[in-house]
Amino acid sequence: MKPAPFKYVRASSLDHALSVKAEYGDEARFLAGGQSLIPSMNFRLARPSVLIDINGLAELASIDRGERQITVGALTRYATLERDRDFLRACPLFADALPHIAHPQIRNRGTIGGNLSHADPASELPAVALAMKARMKLRSVRGERELEASEFFVGLLTTDIQDDEMLAEIVIPLPPASTGATFMEVARRRGDFALAGVAAMVSLDGEGSCTDVRLTCCGVGDTPVDVSGAAASLVGSSCSDQAIAAVAADVQQAIAPAGNVHASADYQRHVAGVLTQRALRTARERARHGG
Amino acid sequence: MAADLHEVEMSVNGVAYRRGSIEARMLLSDFLRHELHLAGTHVGCEHGVCGACTVLLDGAAVRSCLMFAVQADGCQISTIEGLASSDGELSQIQNAMHEHHGLQCGYCTPGILMTMTAFLRDKPDPTEEEVREALSGNLCRCTGYQNIVDAMMAAARAMRVATP
Repeated sequence: MKPAPFKYVRASSLDHALSVKAEYGDEARFLAGGQSLIPSMNFRLARPSVLIDINGLAELASIDRGERQITVGALTRYATLERDRDFLRACPLFADALPHIAHPQIRNRGTIGGNLSHADPASELPAVALAMKARMKLRSVRGERELEASEFFVGLLTTDIQDDEMLAEIVIPLPPASTGATFMEVARRRGDFALAGVAAMVSLDGEGSCTDVRLTCCGVGDTPVDVSGAAASLVGSSCSDQAIAAVAADVQQAIAPAGNVHASADYQRHVAGVLTQRALRTARERARHGG
Repeated sequence: MAADLHEVEMSVNGVAYRRGSIEARMLLSDFLRHELHLAGTHVGCEHGVCGACTVLLDGAAVRSCLMFAVQADGCQISTIEGLASSDGELSQIQNAMHEHHGLQCGYCTPGILMTMTAFLRDKPDPTEEEVREALSGNLCRCTGYQNIVDAMMAAARAMRVATP
């Protein structure tokens, strides 16, 4: 058998799952979709002593639409999000990003909470969560706390989740009206991890003047990278192609991709620049047409 | 560490199976092949890349190498062994693969057939682009995919005629 032996606990409730996690600490892992954890167990890169299976916890799999925010349970699967038209309409970044995540079979199992907890910097959803300023609700036997996405991702495959905590819910603030958003990436093959990806959100006022820009990248650092600062020059302008080109040049300076077997650092920087231009232009056009 | 043993019950292709002591770490793919002797589900990469081990879990196409058998306790599984009718008549998707030479060595074929069975059930009138996207999680090193795509377009047509 490929994985090392472990003790399997099927959680009967969230409280049960959290109490087992508190008991075993970092020896235990939560098993949600398992689409990253089980491959690493099959390679024996991960050898948890205890797996706490949370797949039966319906309380973690809801999508609640509020007036200003959408709360998504951590166990919500990619395929569920992909089929929820209301959710996709409210969160176009997800609509663009979800089809890039692996393949249909993986999306039938993988979950939003597992994705964000795994914190793969080349993955799409961490960059999307960072762009949308999502808040992460963490639960433990000690209680609950909430982190901004910017505080949540702390390093390569590393989040601020403590040994006794679980990412239970993701709270996604809804962007203001007449915000246009898009996610784009370049990968060697469809479904592979991105060489670089860009999430862009552009908000316009009634005169077409930019009031806010959110811009994040995946695949070009140890964490998703917030490069909104490089786009701040667009605020107050009409977001001309020329101004967007200048932002793309700034983004290329702001990021420090490491390069990998699929692409050199220079090529990743080039791709990030091209995608920044395309994504900002598309976001701007979508904003002009009412988001 | 002492083996962590569990009782596992599941329905595979409509037949109920029960095994009394299954190690927690046994993958669903290995359970199907080694415990139930349903070796039609093939195992390629065992880390979720090749798609050869795709089965239907309560109707959804999933990698059986990326879940543990104990997780499928109480679930309905469909595998390649259940596609043809009991008298051996091929399903329309199987038949189209045969007609269009959609396989050569056949190693990837069970995974492709299970993936496309779920896909064409949900999307009876797909475009060629949608078929290619649906196939993206299944590697085939023989055919170059074109014949598989042709087979799926033909199967979709045949199924629409059969159940308008």
